[in-house]
Amino acid sequence: MRVTLKIVTIQGMRERKMHVFFEGSDRLIEMRDVTKTYGNGITAVNNINVFIDKGEFVYVVGPSGAGKSTFIKMTYLEERPTAGKIYMNGTDLDELKRKHIPLLRRNIGVVFQDFKLLPKLSVFENIAFALEVLEEPRHVIKKRVFEVLDLVRLKNKARFYPQELSGGEQQRVSIARAMINHPPILIADEPTGNLDPQTSWGIMDVLQEINARGTTVVMATHNKEIVNVSPKRVIAFEGGRVTRDEQRGRYAYEK
Amino acid sequence: MKSRTLLRHSKEGLKNIGRNGWMSFASVSAVTIMLMVVGIFLILIANINHIASDVEGDVEIRVHIDMTASEEDKEGLYEQIDAIDNVAAITYVDRDEGLDQFIEDVDEGSAELFESLRNENPLNDVFVVETKEPQLTEDVAGEIEQFANIDTVDYGEDIIEQLFAVTNMIRIVGAALVLGLMFTAMFLIANTIKLTIVARKNEIQIMKLVGATNGFIRWPFFVEGLVLGLLGAILPVAAVISGYYYLYDLLVTEAILSFVDIVPPNPLTFEIAAILIGIGALVGVWGSLMSVRKFLRV
Ligand SMILES: Nc1ncnc2c1ncn2[C@@H]1O[C@H](COP(=O)(O)OP(=O)(O)OP(=O)(O)O)[C@@H](O)[C@H]1O
Ligand SMILES: [Mg+2]
Repeated sequence: MRVTLKIVTIQGMRERKMHVFFEGSDRLIEMRDVTKTYGNGITAVNNINVFIDKGEFVYVVGPSGAGKSTFIKMTYLEERPTAGKIYMNGTDLDELKRKHIPLLRRNIGVVFQDFKLLPKLSVFENIAFALEVLEEPRHVIKKRVFEVLDLVRLKNKARFYPQELSGGEQQRVSIARAMINHPPILIADEPTGNLDPQTSWGIMDVLQEINARGTTVVMATHNKEIVNVSPKRVIAFEGGRVTRDEQRGRYAYEK
Repeated sequence: MKSRTLLRHSKEGLKNIGRNGWMSFASVSAVTIMLMVVGIFLILIANINHIASDVEGDVEIRVHIDMTASEEDKEGLYEQIDAIDNVAAITYVDRDEGLDQFIEDVDEGSAELFESLRNENPLNDVFVVETKEPQLTEDVAGEIEQFANIDTVDYGEDIIEQLFAVTNMIRIVGAALVLGLMFTAMFLIANTIKLTIVARKNEIQIMKLVGATNGFIRWPFFVEGLVLGLLGAILPVAAVISGYYYLYDLLVTEAILSFVDIVPPNPLTFEIAAILIGIGALVGVWGSLMSVRKFLRV
């Protein structure tokens, strides 16, 4: 079933020069017996098995320090597991060559828990950066950036710098950047963490819309209301282990 | 890479120079000082080589023939010397000619004194032997010494040995200093840029996490290093060219040191300018790329 690493430029994406890791299977994330022990001896993720398929919308929940961010960081290789196997879209990350890591990352839209905006670039430039690495023409970049800015309702702040924005606004810039490439999978680490309920729902609408268009969405969250009001698959972490994985699950933790 | 991307990298690199104004200034100063010294050394070495080869070219072996040697003996000796491999030319100077030359060389008072000696000329007839390479002088002289009908053979042993020792030492010391300075400047640049990079470490990490390749991140640094190196070369190049032209004018035209033959400034200064620009660019780029290297492992 599993084939060795293949990098193909799939049709339709050719003009965007998006190299896609492509196997033909619908499994986007596959973790087998994965453990991550940090240098300081803390085992943040302990022997987990997680499978996420194309088109799914998944909440990752669990108390603070449960290992949610660590789980997410291993998908785009900010961290490497200390044991076990990870396949992204069928590609064995152990076999992924260093020079192909950027290609992997371009195919995963990540909304970082700490936003990771470039402080010296404006909102526009921060989002445009993800397209500049693809050498997109200027007018295409401009058009697409304003599209996503519209989506996260930040069109009027395009010229602002990150430090001139509120936490929620920075978070939305981070979301816009993650979506700009139309990646097959979007992984958001607490995308509503700094937002008021109304804006949070606005973000949820955006995520559900892109999910409806075929993008797989994985979202770590502490937002009990969202999980319970808009039920979807829930993967629950506790002390580095997956304690629950159910379709249409509930939040079931006190914050 | 598309030209648009190259433009982006260039702009980015130049922006970084501006943003890190003081650090850039420090890097440029380091390169300037290094290239200044390298320039001065290159001029010195070029001139020492020039003078040394001048003097070396003057080296000759004087074979003083026995007073008692007959014409046939002299002819035999000539053939023998001529048969030695590395002999380039032999000139025969008889004792009267020798005295004439000698009298010409000394000042007038002594000239008169020696003129009065003409009847008791103390000089020998001499074969003046030139070798193909100045370095061969000693060997050839040694061979000649074995032949018959010779009074003495002299070739300024001490001068030659000292000259070679001194010029070689200056060349080696000069080259070592130039190399040493180059590396010092490289590390200075690497370190100054590294200081600015530590601040940019997070940015590099973010760029990588968003999908930038190492090459994409490196390019602006390449441009930055190149520009810093080239900026650092401006002052030394100007100083070497104008300074050496001025010095040459002073020494040659004004005849302050007319007996020393120094290398004319054209094309020497322009060759050195090209070398300095090259070294500046190399040091800048190398230093800059060195400093990003370890931050790319994300
Ligand atoms: N870089 C690191 N080095 C060492 N330990 C780390 C590192 N990152 C996280 N940890 C530890 O790993 C554990 C899990 O952290 P992680 O960030 O994955 O939790 P989380 O579930 O995302 O929590 P939160 O909900 O607060 O974001 C924590 O105990 C944390 O201290
Ligand atoms: Mg977290």
